[in-house]
Amino acid sequence: MIRVVLPYHLRNLAGCRDKEVVLQVAGGVVTQRKILDALEARFPQLGGTVRDYGSGCRRPLVRFFGCGRDLSLESPDAPVPETIAQGKEPYRIVGSVAGG
Amino acid sequence: MGTVRVLVGTRKGAFILSSDGARKDWDIDGPHFGGWEVYHLKGSSVDPDRLYAAQGTGWFGQLVQKSDDGGKSWDPVSNEFTFEGEVGTHLDFDDNPRPWAFNRVWHLEPSLSDPETVYAGVEDAALFRSTDGGRSWHELAGLRNHPSSSGWHPGAGGLCLHTILLDKGDPNRIIVAISVAGAFRSLDGGASWQAINKGLHSDYMPEPEAEVGHCVHRIAMHPSHPDALFMQSHRNIMRSDNGGDSWVNVSGNLPSDFGFPIGVHAHEPETIYVVPMKGDSEHYPDEGHLRVYRSRTGGNEWEPLSSGLPQKDCYVNVLRDAMDVDTLDDCGIYFGTSGGAVYVSPDGGDHWRSIVENLPPVMSVEVQTLP
Repeated sequence: MIRVVLPYHLRNLAGCRDKEVVLQVAGGVVTQRKILDALEARFPQLGGTVRDYGSGCRRPLVRFFGCGRDLSLESPDAPVPETIAQGKEPYRIVGSVAGG
Repeated sequence: MGTVRVLVGTRKGAFILSSDGARKDWDIDGPHFGGWEVYHLKGSSVDPDRLYAAQGTGWFGQLVQKSDDGGKSWDPVSNEFTFEGEVGTHLDFDDNPRPWAFNRVWHLEPSLSDPETVYAGVEDAALFRSTDGGRSWHELAGLRNHPSSSGWHPGAGGLCLHTILLDKGDPNRIIVAISVAGAFRSLDGGASWQAINKGLHSDYMPEPEAEVGHCVHRIAMHPSHPDALFMQSHRNIMRSDNGGDSWVNVSGNLPSDFGFPIGVHAHEPETIYVVPMKGDSEHYPDEGHLRVYRSRTGGNEWEPLSSGLPQKDCYVNVLRDAMDVDTLDDCGIYFGTSGGAVYVSPDGGDHWRSIVENLPPVMSVEVQTLP
């Protein structure tokens, strides 16, 4: 069980009342790619809003945080921190503060 | 008598304005998609309750929404716009080649015969079509593969396909306009395209009468006269009487030939409307007077229309998709401003009043005339 915090606009788009959604992620090592795959499988309307369709890359103004760390630049296939994998800490998808 | 529904796209959401045929008292519904830019939304002429909306932000990209109840509820449809085949390059601002990339949807144009079919004009300039109500999009790649496309430049707003004109009498004819490339026409349903810019003169280009490279802001067409086209370009008002084969300058006595939208009266195919701005360095009305100009002669002879519009300290812009008309007996003209106002003239432009004054900056205005 993985806890994911969505930013305001994506929460509305997904139709979620709660700030967090809970996802079941496929077995084995939990990675950011697996979390995002599970998120998009559960909420297809979020396709393309976090990652580009073509490249699969994180959109430039979206960041990923967890356990007090910025995970945005880490490999999408690297294991996420254990406390995220255990559901003790949420994986946070954040819209960057931009625009002044 | 009929009613009207005005679909307004703004920088911070969509609004739906409704009134009876008097067009005096209005209900304002919205914002829909609050906080998102809505470049355009438009209804199907076949099924007026079928609406499509282009919703996006720089953060989370492009979405497309569909409504089957006139905008009371919305469902996201596909936002996957993938170029067909080799992507290729166009020119960037610095004249270096830049690979084509999808950035946003500028304009959605529902088919005139099938509510499930809708066209999307996008940035970087390309034309997509969905035949399943937006569940999937397929590029009409012949346009992007036009021999001139590697030389197309972005304008200040990007390399955008912003105008799509369909012809009810000839479903295979499609006319589009791209900033900054010009106008293009297909006679085979979008498979192949011809540049139709003969007669345009753009003195900011090394070759002012080149086949492509012209900054076309908007093209309008009366549905009953598809060969008569009216263009607001960067520097002139132009008209064509042969479906775009050639153009002539009809700017006439306008105080400025710069502006963005152009519209045609619903019942008078030679009556056209523009909103001149002071120039391409200012993008606001001259001396703070907001004035629509009307020509009843298809151009050249223009009259200012100002009754009910701000005539002091008004420095707003009116964007290319932000003007439309209704089809009631006394044709209504509508436009929205960068200052968040939407104006209506229920008598063809003689008198104006504001419907709403403090929306976010208006990107688009589309009018539906309902039974």
